Amino acid sequence: MASDALFEVRDLGVCFTTPRGRVSAVREISLEVRRGECLAVVGESGSGKSQLFLGCLGLLAAGGLVEGSARFDGQELLGPDAGPRRAALGTRLAMVFQDPMNALTPHLTIGRQLAEVVLERGLLDAATARARSLEVLRSVGMPDPEARLRQYPHELSGGQRQRAAIAMALMTRPDLLVADEPTTALDVTVQAQVIDVLRGARDRGLAVVLITHDMGVVAGIADRVAVMYAGRIVETAPARELFAAPAHPYTAALLASVPRLDTPLAARLAGIEGQPPAPGAEPDGCAFAPRCPSALETCHRSRPPLESLGARSVACHAVRLAPGAGP
Amino acid sequence: MAGSTHASAMTDGALWGDARRRLRGNRAAIAAAACIAVLVLAALLGPLASPYAVDHVDWTLSPLASPPSLANGHWFGTDSNGRDLFVRVWTGTQVSLLVALLATAVSVVIGVAWGATAGYLGGRVDGWMMRAVDVLYALPYMFFVIILTVVFGRSLWLIFLAIGAVGWLTMARIVRGQALALRQREFVLAAVALGLPARRIIARHIVPNVLGTVIVYATLTVPQVILFESFLSFLGLGVQEPLTSLGRLVAEGALEMETAPWQLLVPASVLALLLLALNFLGDGLRDALDPRLG
Repeated sequence: MASDALFEVRDLGVCFTTPRGRVSAVREISLEVRRGECLAVVGESGSGKSQLFLGCLGLLAAGGLVEGSARFDGQELLGPDAGPRRAALGTRLAMVFQDPMNALTPHLTIGRQLAEVVLERGLLDAATARARSLEVLRSVGMPDPEARLRQYPHELSGGQRQRAAIAMALMTRPDLLVADEPTTALDVTVQAQVIDVLRGARDRGLAVVLITHDMGVVAGIADRVAVMYAGRIVETAPARELFAAPAHPYTAALLASVPRLDTPLAARLAGIEGQPPAPGAEPDGCAFAPRCPSALETCHRSRPPLESLGARSVACHAVRLAPGAGP
Repeated sequence: MAGSTHASAMTDGALWGDARRRLRGNRAAIAAAACIAVLVLAALLGPLASPYAVDHVDWTLSPLASPPSLANGHWFGTDSNGRDLFVRVWTGTQVSLLVALLATAVSVVIGVAWGATAGYLGGRVDGWMMRAVDVLYALPYMFFVIILTVVFGRSLWLIFLAIGAVGWLTMARIVRGQALALRQREFVLAAVALGLPARRIIARHIVPNVLGTVIVYATLTVPQVILFESFLSFLGLGVQEPLTSLGRLVAEGALEMETAPWQLLVPASVLALLLLALNFLGDGLRDALDPRLG
């Protein structure tokens, strides 16, 4: 299984130096992404899911430090040699950000921004770059691609902008695409279209890491899911098994809090009591224990390690994975 | 949050359209622009309209310095050497404008490159680059230019080079501030994530975005340069005969203020009008582009 992994993270931690000292955003993260699969990384705002991947790609803001290992196709991205990272970033490994309104440079046409990625590195000549731009725009379902090339970002709708941003990332035909909340800034109907685009790319062999807090979006595209809480992974599982039988109490609560169409109107929305701990103020023991309905005495004292069984893993004292669990 | 970012994106992309509309609504700025256009046209065509050359002495006049008169063809009168003031004023305007434009161009090129690089790179590089600017700022500007003119002689090229060489400092500071702000924007992060090198990001993504501010300050720098060049000429360090500039004409006219007031009034009026119009236009441009600067 490990030899199949395109992207492998081992014991990764991200922390920031603040006036109050060092604050951890993310700790002891180990996960992997295989070729052609879609891994969804789920968590609340502040769980560290974005920082995790910004750290792997070397895109942290000033004051950010990353430790641990992140290997892409066997090559270490975080080592003392920045060569593999610079070679991979933007060619075989690409990242798309949350807000399409701001991720595109406002004063350059879409065509120039698309072509820049390949022209700047001398990968293609101008004519081929243009042809590739059109091909990629078509593959993301952009209506009337020729016209789009000459337009500026502000002339596109939100959904079209996000598609253009994804197209930019796909120009070099990468092996892995990290999409950081690509649908959060869009309305629901457009969300579905963007997920279709990502699914199409996944079906053509692209590995996708989808960072999101929207479980509905996860259900639409993910092969595997990693759930994060307070900077740590608390559960990973194949998507279908996660939805059918969530192991960790936090995952169960997350799924329960999603409103359903068949909920009576007068019923209260199910939330999770309390707040996630602020970075730097995590309690001893399990970070979720103060809010957990299944908390045991030992949960408040010692932090449960992430234990794996087969394709699933969970970090919880109160739950034990059984072989063959799930449908 | 989506709302506010949406608004800023709208202004960014529709920047020039919005700005043009706002500028058109600003009557003072439009009047100023028209005024400048008229003055430039007059400067270019004026000498051609008059039968006199710039250094031709009209010996038929007595005294040599004669007031403006439509009859003898000296519409602005003549200076104390009998040279036609109409032609000299417009030739002088040409020179003043040329010096101003070239010197401003030099300061824009150096200032933008310096400031954008410092602002984008940040950290210690930024620190050192801006400390250099601070040190140069502290130099006595006037002495520096005077020393240059004494050492290298008073050529036209030297003047605008000297002025430009000092004028880039303010431009660098302004551009650096803008670049610092732009560095945080998400499209810069996206460009970095796509693996684009720093020089490419600075040149194609940062600099075009600061152009709005640069244009405003360049428009406001031009009158400063004209004034400075006039001051140099007043001191006798500016352009040399037979070339003349507005400053030289004002200097010469000031000497004859009591006996031949037109020699001072005409070039001074043109100079004042030009400076006023440029300042109004610069203000108008700044207001037009302001919402984006915010």
